[in-house]
Amino acid sequence: MAKRIDLKDVDIYYGAFHAVQNVNLTVIPRSVTAFIGPSGCGKSTVLRTLNRMHEEIAGARVEGEILLDGENIYDRGTDAVAVRRTIGMVFQMPNPFPTMSVRDNVVAGLKLQGVRDKKKLDEVCEASLRGANLWKEVKDRLDKPGGGLSGGQQQRLCIARAIAVQPDVLLMDEPCSALDPISTLAIEDLIADLKKEYTIVIVTHNMQQAARVSDQTGFFNLEATGKPGHLVEIDDTEKIFSNPTQQATEDYISGRFG
Amino acid sequence: MSTVTGADLERPASEPPTRRISLSRRIKDNVATVLVSLAFLIAVVPLVWVLVTVVSRGAPALFSADWWGTSLSGILPEEYEGGVYHAIYGTLIQALIATVIAVPIGILAAIYLVEYGRGALARTTSFMVDILAGVPSIVAALFVFAAFISILGAPQSAFMVSLALVLLMLPVVIRNTEEMLRLVPDRLRESAYALGIPKWKTILRIVLPTAFSGTVTGVMLAIARIMGETAPVLVLVGYSRAINYDPFQGNMASLPLLMYSELSNPEAAGQYRIWGAALTLIIIIMIFQVGASLLSRFSAIPK
Repeated sequence: MAKRIDLKDVDIYYGAFHAVQNVNLTVIPRSVTAFIGPSGCGKSTVLRTLNRMHEEIAGARVEGEILLDGENIYDRGTDAVAVRRTIGMVFQMPNPFPTMSVRDNVVAGLKLQGVRDKKKLDEVCEASLRGANLWKEVKDRLDKPGGGLSGGQQQRLCIARAIAVQPDVLLMDEPCSALDPISTLAIEDLIADLKKEYTIVIVTHNMQQAARVSDQTGFFNLEATGKPGHLVEIDDTEKIFSNPTQQATEDYISGRFG
Repeated sequence: MSTVTGADLERPASEPPTRRISLSRRIKDNVATVLVSLAFLIAVVPLVWVLVTVVSRGAPALFSADWWGTSLSGILPEEYEGGVYHAIYGTLIQALIATVIAVPIGILAAIYLVEYGRGALARTTSFMVDILAGVPSIVAALFVFAAFISILGAPQSAFMVSLALVLLMLPVVIRNTEEMLRLVPDRLRESAYALGIPKWKTILRIVLPTAFSGTVTGVMLAIARIMGETAPVLVLVGYSRAINYDPFQGNMASLPLLMYSELSNPEAAGQYRIWGAALTLIIIIMIFQVGASLLSRFSAIPK
């Protein structure tokens, strides 16, 4: 299941604006990679290029290679839809589909990919909700609208929805920034469980969170507003937080800047 | 040295500043209240006036036995018998045909503009929709007359009226559907894409259902709007006092057309039928508007 991602000389643009410059990094399978850095440094942008969501914005484009187990997902013949089935994503704001029940939300991906088998859908629904640590809380209200859950539950519902399509990689774009500490803890526990099976990349503004959940951490920075962001360094989380190579990293994690 | 008594302690040292409203503020408040209420009254008076007049003069016709079930076939101008069922049928069928044509085109055009349209074609389409929205109904009617009847040689018929109504309905449906689709947050689209759902399926199964309630309400209001249009029926179809079920040929009555033709009836029965038809038309339009608000309430996304 879990796959490895290599970024080689990746440059990302929004129209004429050069957003991120020359990123080289490797995402290790069955581990959590965290991206940290100040606002506007391009960490979310890099995350969104990993499953080709970036190109949904008009004028956005990517140069360089992004290899998923050695295959370039930006190759001419590659289908963005197929890439996204392999690389799931959880967003900053919980966004369950408002017209759908809890159950339909979880299996939305499968259903809309054409799976009709009711028994299989129910199985996947339960397994995904269990996987997202939400089953106990919602098992009696599977037919209620997904929008009726609390914010933390909605976010776990979105994680259940993302893992229901059985991706190889899970991208998380600040998944806890809209949640209270208890829901945040629930999600962090979940991330620790999920990394046994998935490759996880998480963008976070919360350095303690990066330190708690991730195995390796990449620090992004930008020289000035309007300049492209770049990857300063990426290393084991422990090393980044105790003994980073770059002065900028140390300044950032010790709170002297950013 | 003065002694402090219990009563002194109860009394605040100075009156709290939140308790007094200055004279100038009170005056401004009163003036504004009077002005706003007056504006409201001025707006409501004509509305109530029209309603009272139409209801009081039109109601007798509505309660007559023949009104809803017969046509005016064979009824003399001075007779009070007969009904407007032929005109109700005409109004409804013309609106129905227009809806069947305009709604799919309108919704697809809105989907194009919101989900796909980039660049010159989208800008042109959007601009054309604005132009179309500003076209007076008589111009739409004359255009259909010129294009279909004069050039293509089609006969005058209810269908021609429907075509003119399509032109009037399209911009309303497109603009409204566009608004509703734009209200659907982009993060829903993104999360669908992130599940590996193709764009067309995202639109069909996520975006449209989310916008359904508002879109249907808009369509209902557009229907209500075109049912009262008079210019197309005056230009594009002849009046008939008898029922004609065939929208593709022959003369066909509709409520506005019936009212117009009864204007030339010098007898008192003519007045009686005009007011009756006016009230009937208002009732039908109101049914659609109430239907629209009920639909939007019941199909609204549950919280």
